[in-house]
Amino acid sequence: MESIAANLLQGFHEVTGYMYPNEYELHWGLLIVLYPYLTGLVAGAFILASLERVFNVKALKPVYRLSLLSALAFLFVAPLPLLAHLGHPERAFEMFLTPHTQSAMAMFGFVYAWYLMVVLLLEIWLDYRKDIVTWSREKKGIMKFVYRILSLGTSDLSDGAIRFDNKLGKIITIIGIPSAFLLHGYVGFIFGSVKANPWWSSVLMPIVFLFSAIVSGIALVLLIYMITTMFRLKELNMPCLNKLAEFLLYAMLVDFSLELLDFIQRLYESEESIHILSQMISSRLFISLIISQIILGSILPMLALVWARFGKIPDEMRRMAYFIAAILVQVGIFSTRWNVVIGGQLFSKSLRGLTVYKTELFGFEGLFMSAFLLILPFLILYIFARFLPPWTDREIIGNKSAS
Amino acid sequence: MNQKESQAVNRREFIFACKRALPLAGLLFFPLSATDLILAQENEKYNPTEHNYAMGIDTHKCIGCGRCADACKKENNVPLEPIFFRTWVERYIIAGNGEVSVDSPNGGIDGFPEIKGDKEALRTFFVPKLCNHCANPPCVQVCPVGATFISRDGVVLVDEKYCVGCRYCIQACPYGARYLHPEKKVADKCTFCYHRIVKGLLPACVEVCPTQTRIFGEVGVRSSPLSRFVRFNDITVLKPSLNTSPKVYYAGTDGEVR
Repeated sequence: MESIAANLLQGFHEVTGYMYPNEYELHWGLLIVLYPYLTGLVAGAFILASLERVFNVKALKPVYRLSLLSALAFLFVAPLPLLAHLGHPERAFEMFLTPHTQSAMAMFGFVYAWYLMVVLLLEIWLDYRKDIVTWSREKKGIMKFVYRILSLGTSDLSDGAIRFDNKLGKIITIIGIPSAFLLHGYVGFIFGSVKANPWWSSVLMPIVFLFSAIVSGIALVLLIYMITTMFRLKELNMPCLNKLAEFLLYAMLVDFSLELLDFIQRLYESEESIHILSQMISSRLFISLIISQIILGSILPMLALVWARFGKIPDEMRRMAYFIAAILVQVGIFSTRWNVVIGGQLFSKSLRGLTVYKTELFGFEGLFMSAFLLILPFLILYIFARFLPPWTDREIIGNKSAS
Repeated sequence: MNQKESQAVNRREFIFACKRALPLAGLLFFPLSATDLILAQENEKYNPTEHNYAMGIDTHKCIGCGRCADACKKENNVPLEPIFFRTWVERYIIAGNGEVSVDSPNGGIDGFPEIKGDKEALRTFFVPKLCNHCANPPCVQVCPVGATFISRDGVVLVDEKYCVGCRYCIQACPYGARYLHPEKKVADKCTFCYHRIVKGLLPACVEVCPTQTRIFGEVGVRSSPLSRFVRFNDITVLKPSLNTSPKVYYAGTDGEVR
């Protein structure tokens, strides 16, 4: 208790202007930055997968399953930062048992559950069912047993059954696209609907969140695809990579324009809050917004993508440029989440003062916890990939030394 | 008295008489429990739907002594650190050039430092702040489990046995009136001293205010100090553009107050 207060009081001297006394404590920290970041990756990866499935972008075939599994791995982790942040995590389930229907946060639980249960798990299962049944026949020992369970008792591999799988899978993907939009748009709504906070309160918030989610999801799958292919000592599929880069660029253009529009709108409307917000941007958020989000995370990777995709350069260099661009995009999107969540709390609702945010190292809200939560989805993805290999290079499937 | 009677009766009757007198004797030894009993009976009569509480604040009268913020902390066991308040007092200093500076050191509990600097202060005044007990409260709207609610007597309360501590309500409150209780790990805020008002007592801050800056009362009851206050003053509420319908009415506050 004393240490909490001592920690909170540290920031006291770095406040400029006037904050309401209860505002000295920053309520949503690093963990809540992670939450929209992780959820965005889920939605983005899924939307990428649906491009292949619904819109028949055949070039993306090599990353279809990979993006679905990535989405699932990140979806499992997405609620953990929220849970760790609650004052009473043991009461978290009340949100499902006795939800307050007017609350954006309570309803998010149901959107999440719908997305996990109905969309993602079902789609992955239908897509893998044929392979699972095959594996449950071929494999030996414990793996045989695992696949037997994963097959949920199905064993029909007739043409009719496979056709049915594909058809249902497609329908679910079609339902899945608006669901993925809903999932991340909703995260944006949780912030955008807080009228008390002029930095958050914007109708564009859900849409900006959605497009930044698509950007981050595509960049993530691109990174995972490049890294896993490298470690598996396989050849990268260049048409697929080019297509990914193309879609990444288009999504970034839309995302950047929307954010610019939001920015210009605010500046032009010049409401009561503009003074404190511009002060915040030019002082507290300068590095994370101007440098990290806009220059490093948006403009540079967009230029790199244009150059690498449409310039006449060797594939080797092209791959390098894609890789660096995708990493920069991740930095940029993380900064975006940071600027929304932390930025929204750095100024007083009295519009008269600015405070600072200090990250702790240890504890639930600390840096280590966040690092763990960022690594965890990759571990989960690794386990998924062991049991459900997403690789399309034929010789890998059915091979025990998969990775 | 019992003894006198016992002389005239046999032992059996005496024991029965004692038995009957036992509650009375209890009353003598535990006078507190007796008052509790009476109050409990009064509480049974208390009908929350008959009330709609509100507060008036006459900033002309506030001298910035901070007794209200102090009394509130003591009455409600609010943590003593200067970052947890159910009510606090702000000082506004408006300089000749229109520049506004605001402060509230320790919520005003320890008083305010002398105004320094060579700038001439055009106007200075104090503004006590607290939960506005909005009729259209954004904090209640966003609570994912319904732990924060409007009571039937019009007070915005938090059920601390139900709150999950997500802090969404703290973000949603435009007035900074909520904080997370560092020990209970739940949202905490002004309750108008609910435990007092249902007994017909005044909230602690109102009780101690030496200048009657704070006027506690009910909306729509014509013959009450609050109605009189609302009738005879130009009333404003804080941040009316947010459509929260606050029920803390201010008289004499400047447009600079938000």
